[in-house]
Amino acid sequence: MSDNEFYNLRVNGMSHQVQDSWVGESLLYVLRERLGLPGTKGACEQGECGSCTVLLNGNAVCSCLVMAATAVDAEIVTVEGLTTGNELTDVQQSFVDQGAVQCGFCTPGLIVAVHHLLDHNPQPTEFEIKEAISGNICRCTGYGRIFAAVEETIKIRNGAK
Amino acid sequence: MSTTVTARNRDVLGNSALRPDGAGKVSGSFEFTSDMHADNMLWGATLRSPHPYARIVSIDTSAALALAGVSCVITSQDVPGKPTYGLISSDQPVFASDFVRYVGEPVAAVAADHPETCRRALALIQIEYEVLTPLTDPEDAISGKFSPIHPDGNIIRHQRIIRGDQSATGPIVVEGLYEIGMQDQAFLGLEAALAIPDSDGAGVHLHVATQWLHEDLSQISACLALPANRVRLTLGGVGGAFGAREDISLQVHCCLLALKANRPIKMQYSREESFFGHVHRHPAKIFMRHHADASGKIVKIDARFVFDGGAYTSTSPAVLINGITHTQGPYKCDNATVDGFAIRTNNPPCGAMRGFGVVQACFAHESQMDKIAQAAGISPIEVRLINAMATGDPLITGQTMESVAPVARCITDTANIPLPEPLPEIVNELALPGGSGLTAERSNIVRGIGWGVSMKNLMYSEGFDDFATARCTIRDGKVFLKFATSEVGQGFVTLAPQIARSVLGLDDVEIEPIDTQVGSAGSTSASRQTWMSGGAVDGACRLVREQMFKHVGSMHNIDPLRLVISDTDIVDQIGTFRISVQDAIEGFSCSETFEHHHRKTEELDENGQGNCHTAFAFVAHRAVVDVDPELGLVKVVQIATAQDVGRVLNPLSAIGQLEGGIAQGLGLAVMEEIVMKDGKVKNPSFTDYLLPTALDAPNVVAVMIEEYEPQAPLGAKGIGEPPCISVTPAIVAAIRDAIGKDLLRIPVRPQDICL
Repeated sequence: MSDNEFYNLRVNGMSHQVQDSWVGESLLYVLRERLGLPGTKGACEQGECGSCTVLLNGNAVCSCLVMAATAVDAEIVTVEGLTTGNELTDVQQSFVDQGAVQCGFCTPGLIVAVHHLLDHNPQPTEFEIKEAISGNICRCTGYGRIFAAVEETIKIRNGAK
Repeated sequence: MSTTVTARNRDVLGNSALRPDGAGKVSGSFEFTSDMHADNMLWGATLRSPHPYARIVSIDTSAALALAGVSCVITSQDVPGKPTYGLISSDQPVFASDFVRYVGEPVAAVAADHPETCRRALALIQIEYEVLTPLTDPEDAISGKFSPIHPDGNIIRHQRIIRGDQSATGPIVVEGLYEIGMQDQAFLGLEAALAIPDSDGAGVHLHVATQWLHEDLSQISACLALPANRVRLTLGGVGGAFGAREDISLQVHCCLLALKANRPIKMQYSREESFFGHVHRHPAKIFMRHHADASGKIVKIDARFVFDGGAYTSTSPAVLINGITHTQGPYKCDNATVDGFAIRTNNPPCGAMRGFGVVQACFAHESQMDKIAQAAGISPIEVRLINAMATGDPLITGQTMESVAPVARCITDTANIPLPEPLPEIVNELALPGGSGLTAERSNIVRGIGWGVSMKNLMYSEGFDDFATARCTIRDGKVFLKFATSEVGQGFVTLAPQIARSVLGLDDVEIEPIDTQVGSAGSTSASRQTWMSGGAVDGACRLVREQMFKHVGSMHNIDPLRLVISDTDIVDQIGTFRISVQDAIEGFSCSETFEHHHRKTEELDENGQGNCHTAFAFVAHRAVVDVDPELGLVKVVQIATAQDVGRVLNPLSAIGQLEGGIAQGLGLAVMEEIVMKDGKVKNPSFTDYLLPTALDAPNVVAVMIEEYEPQAPLGAKGIGEPPCISVTPAIVAAIRDAIGKDLLRIPVRPQDICL
């Protein structure tokens, strides 16, 4: 253990000091266990399920596969960083309204993935939506209501223009 | 005061009320058990057997104990109470002491300051094993050629069903030996618990993700040798269950470590450990022979079921009974000879998974129905319609079908759903079998259509006194509901307030912590909580309403028996009295507890006769698939379904159950299997155990058949399990239809199609 050593991570616009961390700790572990940000979930430790999706310099990545110490100079956004105050984002609200949440364990990762998709491709086709979230496994919903939530968000954004 | 009732969109029964935990779950603030922390907390971890069968010669924990950061190491010698646990038979050791009987069986546990310290400590525990030849083929146990691997023997349960004319036959005789692979529940939220010892060290508070708090409580307290009131359980946030949290996994270990270390202990399995740490769906081999008359009507069924229960009993005896009593499926049948075995082997223990034995039976009987249709020269729809069961029909157990049984309607309503458009000549490659692998060629694709129809028992069977408890309180102008019903994602926390709003006419409903400080609710399994806990909440709210009416009656000098709830008002039926419930309960408080029991059931006799089940639900599935026969790849295009639900209490929740169940059934049909070799799991990871993704999800077109079930407290049947049962054989039938080849095993693998 590296006593008295630390590094800084920039998460959701704030700088956090990570102290006494083992070098091998994943970004997922550091976010959850050291920085008090448990919104990001771990479910496979292999980058297969997408539950741990965060934005790293604007890219959607599986935080279980990122060594935390390598993210020192990066801008990290977690699910906690998408919400401003107590206000849900349009994606989050659509997930609630369309029944896209059951147990909710995959949900934070999906929320980050869908925000990332719509930020980069505001008018995705059906297959672009499916492909964009195909790295996020949901065991409860069978995805039908998740598709409905994404489509609802797009509809609302289009109507707001 | 106007007597017109204003139409209002309240979150009452029948409306798509939204999840009360939805905002927390989408924003990341909802606390799952794995998110919990306590001051001064240590981490716990489990050492597991690498062998399917071995004798433990010695265990040396000294090097692990000497590692800096390690607080304690425990083995079987540290279990103060009952050394074993189990849902039906207490035959599974908390820690193995003499023999290990499956790969992954717990042998020791450690508590340390960091998960990595735990891993290093586990590696330092020295165990000498004498490796033994494992029993991995259930037939070796049945034949008696393998000596017992457990003091209770190798046959967990054997049950026959003998019904009617044993020599009955007909001009059509079709048969097959069907094989079902081992499926994993694969919930996303891994096993997790936080145990906090009482300050006097003589009790413990366990926060845990489980399906049945009170059953856990009784098993844990027995192992800890603590009175039940010194062990308190609170439901932590649960990330899915599907049966895998019905058995004890880390509960006892976590409490033991907390009491030994005298510090809070958090345990959380990795995905790999989760594959070893919970029971799976039973792999099974089922032989079925159907005798039918020339028109295709079933005359008799012969069947033999072999369920591989793995090393310990878990719920195998109940899974076996579910399997064999569903031999006939949702069809009339007067004569049957059925033999069923649940076998102990050195494979991983198997137990509850959504569908519970009926999934296996359904794959066999539905495959058989198509063979009868072919022999009789009729369509898959016709063969199912001419055999369709109805209310009042006798089952092969001698029980009479008392539930509403709209089997024929399930079939015709499904058939009326339009088929999807043919696959266009120019198509997005992601729509082809193999999807993002981009391997299939459009010109090679063939389409097939297949059918599956199923019957599923609801609630518990065989004489079990199945009940659920709920408390309703009115206080400070608000409703509080208390129950121990595990919310695992299914949405009981949405439904319970809907019930209260409908019964009481009040909208402000709060759910109190879900814990063991109230009577048992039974398990969140067997499609039972809407019926059972829903019935308990309904009952408790009705008792409170009675008190409320008495209060209002005395305040306003009106006979309380004349009062009814109309929307959010209390009124009399002739419109001379009206007061808003909110106003009426000012200063009123009341609390009532209600236990809902379902009708009694009985055990089967030696010939498998008896009223063993409570109620049944039915569903039909029609699958349309595209297959690449050369590559053996399948894309499920559409699932059409009509499900018997009794009454829809929340349309949004209901469709979520149907679509989610269908995806799990699709997984079993074409991709999900725990691959075993010589008692070892070959694919304990999400890289190697394949789950349906968004690209695998078919278009689901669903019809919910609402025929009010009079025996159900709310008229609603359980809807959780049926969606995943007959969709699997429907998909396999569609593949058969596309390629013209009999497929006897699920999941259907590429080599089963193309070789």
